[in-house]
Amino acid sequence: MDALTIENLCKSFDGKPAVRDVSFAIRQGEIFGLLGPNGAGKSTTINMIAGVVRLGAGQITAFGYDNQRDYRYTRRMLGVVHQEVVIDNFFTVDQALRLHAGYYGVKDDPAWRQLLIERLGLEPHLDKVMLKLSGGLKRRFMIAKALIHRPQLLILDEPTAGVDVELRHGLWEFVREINRQGTTILLTTHYLEEAEEMCDRIAIMNHGELIALEDTHDLVRRLSNRQLRLWLEQPLAEQPAELKNYSPQLKEDGRLLLLNLPAGESAGHLLNQICSLGLNISDIETDQSGLEEVFIQLTGMKGFN
Amino acid sequence: MMPRTPDKFYPWLPFWTLLRKEVLRFCRVSTQTILTPIVTASLYLFVFGATLGERLTVLEGFSYAQFVIPGLIIMGVINNSFANTSSSLFMSRYLGGIVDLLVTPVSPPQFILAYTLAAMIRGMLVGTVVLMISTLFATLPWEAPLFAILMAMIASFLFAQFGLIAAIYAHNFDTLSMYSNFVILPLIYLGGVFYPVSILPDPWGKLSYLNPLFYLIDGFRHAIIGVGDTSYLVAFGVSSALAIGLFIWAAWLIGQGYRLRS
Repeated sequence: MDALTIENLCKSFDGKPAVRDVSFAIRQGEIFGLLGPNGAGKSTTINMIAGVVRLGAGQITAFGYDNQRDYRYTRRMLGVVHQEVVIDNFFTVDQALRLHAGYYGVKDDPAWRQLLIERLGLEPHLDKVMLKLSGGLKRRFMIAKALIHRPQLLILDEPTAGVDVELRHGLWEFVREINRQGTTILLTTHYLEEAEEMCDRIAIMNHGELIALEDTHDLVRRLSNRQLRLWLEQPLAEQPAELKNYSPQLKEDGRLLLLNLPAGESAGHLLNQICSLGLNISDIETDQSGLEEVFIQLTGMKGFN
Repeated sequence: MMPRTPDKFYPWLPFWTLLRKEVLRFCRVSTQTILTPIVTASLYLFVFGATLGERLTVLEGFSYAQFVIPGLIIMGVINNSFANTSSSLFMSRYLGGIVDLLVTPVSPPQFILAYTLAAMIRGMLVGTVVLMISTLFATLPWEAPLFAILMAMIASFLFAQFGLIAAIYAHNFDTLSMYSNFVILPLIYLGGVFYPVSILPDPWGKLSYLNPLFYLIDGFRHAIIGVGDTSYLVAFGVSSALAIGLFIWAAWLIGQGYRLRS
């Protein structure tokens, strides 16, 4: 059984489509990245899963249960870290965490609560009201709050937006840890390098549509260009015309030949062709672009960072 | 550190938690939510009980303090029940905290019930303290105490619903304050808190019967001093019908997630 199944999901705001016929499934135990430029429909999709936004059309199933009909069950299975910082200024960190488990119909478990407090470094701030917390602490509190009822699927909607590098790394390490323990993760992030590193599979949305959904490594391998850097024993005076399809460039006084290997084409085929031209290679380097280039290629955007 | 399978689900725990949170919320700002309304009501009691009260008589056989105290009690109940639901829900909407509730298994009936009960606790608490202070100024006959409590509870329930509705429709703090300043306040003052509507000349006397708050105030006062402009049955019937009507309205809005879920 999948952790989450989304079928033909649609949503419009004031007649303007925000999510168009999106379908995908998230397997139990995986880290699934939902990426896309601003306004792509990621947060709307996540908010429909969480129950904050009503479904326009389609169906969402969490752990086999419909999130409309069986919402009391499905919401118990989900933990949500919202993109916007959501806090209640009336309560201290400790009071808010104690209350939050109850909203999910789960009795407060002091041991689990304490563990979250320790792992997220909230111990010295338990008696502070939310208003007094720094931005990073508020983010950490929101993660603790989302996990307090032990959800099976944790939804992180840009949890590291606006937080410093050290905290980001700490948070991702924590996310990896709870994933290793069995919690499925659905995340969106603007940091594509982190998404590439973190996610088992990635879906990319643009203009409300799902335009890619694949294993992260397959996606990057299939869609990103690789560059071959060939160091030649004898320098070339001009670019070989036979290699014009690979956008050749000469550098280092003709001793370095750069060739772009299109996605899906094998390097062996190109090397055979080079040998047949009588070029003697002293060294080879390959340079593969990452998710960011795939993202730009698919969405036509210039990335987030 | 395994987030193991979720623990046993207690279906009514979300309701009790929300109720507890709502009560804690108004207790944390008790100067504003409890003390201020009590001081305001005490000032009214002092003005109408200890000073002007001696020189005024609007109802044969009763001092003005005896007449006005039931009205002041019910006014405290109404204002505070409305203020609790309207400010809490509107702040949640305005500051975005409402999404914390929307993602939880709190059902719409639990949502309404928790907000309503918290508002009733605050309203009845303020009413009780005003009643206790009022004993310094006058002795009330308490003709039908159970009916008086029932009318106070209906008033509190009714305005808790109205507070929910106002919080959902309000676009900003200005709109929200319009409900209390331009709807509730005039209806209270014209509903017979400070005078019996029977002394008004026509058409004002007859028009007062169109004011729904008149039935709450008159019914409550009738139960306490034994004299009223309407019967118990009419006061109870009109107030209950209005309370049920507003409850259905609030329940529909919250059930639909109107302006709560986009």
